[in-house]
Amino acid sequence: MALITAEDVSKNYHTGEINTQALSGVSVEIEPAAFVSFVGPSGSGKTTLLNLIGCLDKPTQGKISVDGRSVQDLNRKQAAVFRGSFFGFIFQAFNLFPVLSAYENVEYPLVMVKNETASERSEQVLKVLEAVGMLEQKDKRPDQLSGGQKQRVAVARALVTRPKVVLADEPTANLDHKTAVTVIRLMRAMRDEFDTTFIFSTHDPTIMQEAEIIHTLKDGKLINSEKRLVRATEAQK
Amino acid sequence: MIRIFKIALRNLMRYKRRTLLTSLLITMGVLCVILFSGLSGSFKGMMIGQITDANLAQIQIHKKGYVSSMDSIPLNLNLNKKGYAKIEDVLKSNPAVQAWAPRIKLGAMLSNYSETTNIRLNAIDPEKEVKVCPAVSDRMAFVEKDTREKLIRPGEVIIPDKLAKGMKIKAGDSVVLVANNKDGSVNGLNFTVAGITETVVGPQGKEGYMHIKDARALLRMEKPEITEVAVRLKNFDTLTPAYKKLKAALAQFKNKKGKPAFEIHTWEKLSPFYNIAKMIDLMSASMKVIMVSIVLISILNVMIMSVYERVREIGAMSAIGTTPGKIMALFLAEGITLGLISIVAGNIIGLAGIFILNIYKIEFAFGRMDNLLLAPSVSFVELFWLSVIVLSVSVFASLQPAWKASKMEPTDALGHV
Repeated sequence: MALITAEDVSKNYHTGEINTQALSGVSVEIEPAAFVSFVGPSGSGKTTLLNLIGCLDKPTQGKISVDGRSVQDLNRKQAAVFRGSFFGFIFQAFNLFPVLSAYENVEYPLVMVKNETASERSEQVLKVLEAVGMLEQKDKRPDQLSGGQKQRVAVARALVTRPKVVLADEPTANLDHKTAVTVIRLMRAMRDEFDTTFIFSTHDPTIMQEAEIIHTLKDGKLINSEKRLVRATEAQK
Repeated sequence: MIRIFKIALRNLMRYKRRTLLTSLLITMGVLCVILFSGLSGSFKGMMIGQITDANLAQIQIHKKGYVSSMDSIPLNLNLNKKGYAKIEDVLKSNPAVQAWAPRIKLGAMLSNYSETTNIRLNAIDPEKEVKVCPAVSDRMAFVEKDTREKLIRPGEVIIPDKLAKGMKIKAGDSVVLVANNKDGSVNGLNFTVAGITETVVGPQGKEGYMHIKDARALLRMEKPEITEVAVRLKNFDTLTPAYKKLKAALAQFKNKKGKPAFEIHTWEKLSPFYNIAKMIDLMSASMKVIMVSIVLISILNVMIMSVYERVREIGAMSAIGTTPGKIMALFLAEGITLGLISIVAGNIIGLAGIFILNIYKIEFAFGRMDNLLLAPSVSFVELFWLSVIVLSVSVFASLQPAWKASKMEPTDALGHV
């Protein structure tokens, strides 16, 4: 059974009298523990689809089901609670909280969303920081970290609540190529370690090759879905 | 909750200069209110003390109709022995009353054998009077300053300083007092000037003093009469409830026409300083309004800036799963923290300021009273309420920006440039 199902999803944006169709009749299924990429040029609808899957926005038409639950009718609070319990997010611009250290950034979802005890939090935060190789940098603030390090912290923050799905919108766009590949492979390693479904968007051909399933979007329509076999040696590079 | 305040504090520290300036502004507002309240409260307390302890007393009881015609010092509105006894019974039965003293008010002609002028006189029973007005002798200068046991003895008169200067009368001089009694006949008696008294604010503050027995002799009273009963309470703070009880108790006594026989007034109705005291209270309230405006505008400005500068951050918070309520709480916590920092700083600096003002006391003159020293003080109750006001305004000022932050759509916020 698919973890995420989008059926005939469309999304229109209205800016004044201008009506823009960002997505048009997209249907897609994503299996648990998949490593999926949505690719396509700018304006193809990648971010919109990720936002709809992640309950950050609502479709104009169609139905989205996450883990068997229809999510398009959730109100703001229900959507927030659902996001906190089910999704982790990684952003292109990292969006770490500048006043918090790496440790505190990772701890943030546990404090604000999960309400776990300090000892439980500490154990989980240290574990994911170690998994992403940022344990030694845990006391540094975001402005003391490089782009790659920031995104590693962002990956840790996305994983710390043990979400079933991590959504990453252009996670490597602000990184140099070498760091980008390192981060995307880290994400896949985390998928392997935690069995978390990773869905990311990219327009970088090299990065999209790291995905096991590639869905191609163009002008708001899903034009191609491709399953790839990524060699273990390639994944471990 | 502690974590939310910890994050809020860090967010405030992100813009140190702005937070410091805003906090400084609110601190200054709190400081000004504390110092103004301390100084004005001290001034008010001192003046009320001067007026009630030195001359007027806290409460006065008269025959009905006396106060409205007190400027003419009418002798036909005096209380007889029976009336005074009724008043005494009421006062004895009220536990809030500490002491009372009878007085006769009269107008007379004062002559130093070469000049004659009008004088208002307060005829007192000195032993009772000092219990009601313990500071009555503080503003008097006597011939035998250190050895004097009684405030005034029969055959003596104490006259106001301005009148003494005008007529070149010194303590120890002989004078003649001539007065009309209520039938219109005139009588004159010789007196020795025992002392000179400074004037205090209000019509009753320019009176001379004589012994109550002399007044009865001068006015040829066949039966003892008094003009008023001056009352002192055990606790000045109970003035209003004690006044109400006394008024209710006195209301039972009716005159022959079936109307109330007595009237009772607090110092507030008898002294013009009460209007000044009310002005002081109004100015104090105005200071608080100014402070509230400062707090409101400062915190509102900081919080609006804070929300607009952190739109993407709010988007990230929301995306991660922070509920709108928690986002609102986070921004409210920032406003409250800013208010709290300013309250603590304002209270500490304000108390230090009060302490310093008490070391270097401020000397001032009011009307004809010189060498008054202000010793400002501020109660913890007042500080508490001041802090509550600032904190409440901080919450109120943070509400709109916090609400706006909580209502942001995550997709719009994350896409904000």
